[in-house]
Amino acid sequence: MRVRVEQTPLPGIGVRHDLVTSSGRTVGVVSHRNGRRDLVLYDVDDPDACLASIPLTDDEAEALADVLGASLMLGQLAGLRQQASGLLTEQIALPAGSPFVRRKLGDTRARTRTGASIVAVMRDREVIASPGPDFVFEANDVVVAVGTRSGLDGVTAILAGDDDD
Amino acid sequence: MHGTTLLLIEVGALLFALGMLGRLGRSIGLSPIPLYLLAGLAFGHGGLVPLSASEEFIEIGASMGVILLLVMLGLEYSAGELISNLRAAAPAGLMDALFNALPGAAFAFLLGWDWRAALVLAGITWVSSSGVIAKVLGDLGRLGNRETPVILSVLVIEDLAMAFYLPLVTAVLAGAGLIGGAKALAVAVITVLAVLVVAIRYGRQISALISARDAEALLLGVFGLTLFVAGVAEELNVSAAVGAFLVGIAISGPVAHHATEMLSPLRDLFAAVFFVFFGLSTNPADMPPVLLPALGLAVITMLTKVLTGYLAAKRVGIALPGRLRAGLALMPRGEFSIVIAGLAVASGVEPRLAPLATAYVLITVVSGPLLARLPDYEWFKTFIRRWRQPSTPAVRPLTAED
Repeated sequence: MRVRVEQTPLPGIGVRHDLVTSSGRTVGVVSHRNGRRDLVLYDVDDPDACLASIPLTDDEAEALADVLGASLMLGQLAGLRQQASGLLTEQIALPAGSPFVRRKLGDTRARTRTGASIVAVMRDREVIASPGPDFVFEANDVVVAVGTRSGLDGVTAILAGDDDD
Repeated sequence: MHGTTLLLIEVGALLFALGMLGRLGRSIGLSPIPLYLLAGLAFGHGGLVPLSASEEFIEIGASMGVILLLVMLGLEYSAGELISNLRAAAPAGLMDALFNALPGAAFAFLLGWDWRAALVLAGITWVSSSGVIAKVLGDLGRLGNRETPVILSVLVIEDLAMAFYLPLVTAVLAGAGLIGGAKALAVAVITVLAVLVVAIRYGRQISALISARDAEALLLGVFGLTLFVAGVAEELNVSAAVGAFLVGIAISGPVAHHATEMLSPLRDLFAAVFFVFFGLSTNPADMPPVLLPALGLAVITMLTKVLTGYLAAKRVGIALPGRLRAGLALMPRGEFSIVIAGLAVASGVEPRLAPLATAYVLITVVSGPLLARLPDYEWFKTFIRRWRQPSTPAVRPLTAED
């Protein structure tokens, strides 16, 4: 699980971080002083040279980091979606004014009422898989739910506090 | 025509022409420095269109250009970076100095010049162009390469060495005699060390003095402080350029970042004027006789730079292709060589120095970035691969039998 990330200063430019994957490839990021980041991939034949250097803006780098950080879970869910037709997954952002901010997941009674399950919560780029009924929501959480169309719509309504009961 | 009107027309036409030249250069992937030098040659004494009214303006603009080039160079580094780099890369920096300054000095003696001219030429051949090389590395997508920190640390050492070399040359060129020169030199070295210590210890406080929030105050504050320190440094015979460089190092953090953004356009403007000015002060008629020596010197010192980069990269365990990339990237000489030559021209130490330096920088700054691309070509890679494994299968059976 531990990955060794090496840091190299680039005087006048910024800093470079790189890591060697278990498949033997080296991937790195050159962070410029002005916020620009280059994603660099190293050559297999010549490990000193980068094969490609892709400039990313701040926002692009953050988006990529999000995708990379959450890809494992979303990949599994995508597989699930293919197996069972009619079953959907959805990411639902907890609205700022939601009645469930700082309340337990169990309080929503979402599964009982809609048939859809909350299978994960994403918070600050981290994924909390299979949260239990005692899990406490916070503002800006993103809920990953699995269920039918109407079930998911129900969860969205519950989290927003728009449901009738 | 009125003097001021003529000045406006001349400066305007000159800057516009430079803008067009720069655009042309960029479209063919050429650094604008050689184009500006050529423009200066064309406009100067004995050139195609001599400028008359704007000479004084261009001269002042040129000295601003040097100061801005150096303060921006200083802004790129923090004092801590310089010191940590100094420890790690000192052997590479020393090698760089020996391999590249000595051929320059030897060449000057070969031409029958005196030792002062030799000292100047040593500096001209020693220092690579940080600006051109950083641009080439970025353009070729090599910022992530393993040999890049090696190249950068050689550049850092060169830049830092200039902080001591420039006052030394200034003192020598002032020709104050042995004792006077030594005294001037001592003052210079002490000043530089004192400013470096202040920059390292109190860089944060100096930066705090200038707020990063108010753009106008920041521009005026940094530019004013730079000009002031540069002027004081010049007065102490330390050279204005070094004063500006040290101010750049002293300013750090967000102030440095914003100052870099604010000063960049000013630097581009006045640096262009500086290169033109250097071209202006060279008579094109003096160029042909020094062209062949300049070419010879360029070939020799470009080879020694390749050797420098090769060995520096080898020290940190870079493979052969990377060593060659490091060496070839270090070849271009540029702004610093011209700054050094400019000092010599102002003191009139050797009349052939300016045309030689112009031709030398023109050759290296044009061919350097082109040659730096060599390792990216497929035929070059294949050639290196073959060269690394020269017919090993033929040797193996023999050793097996032994």
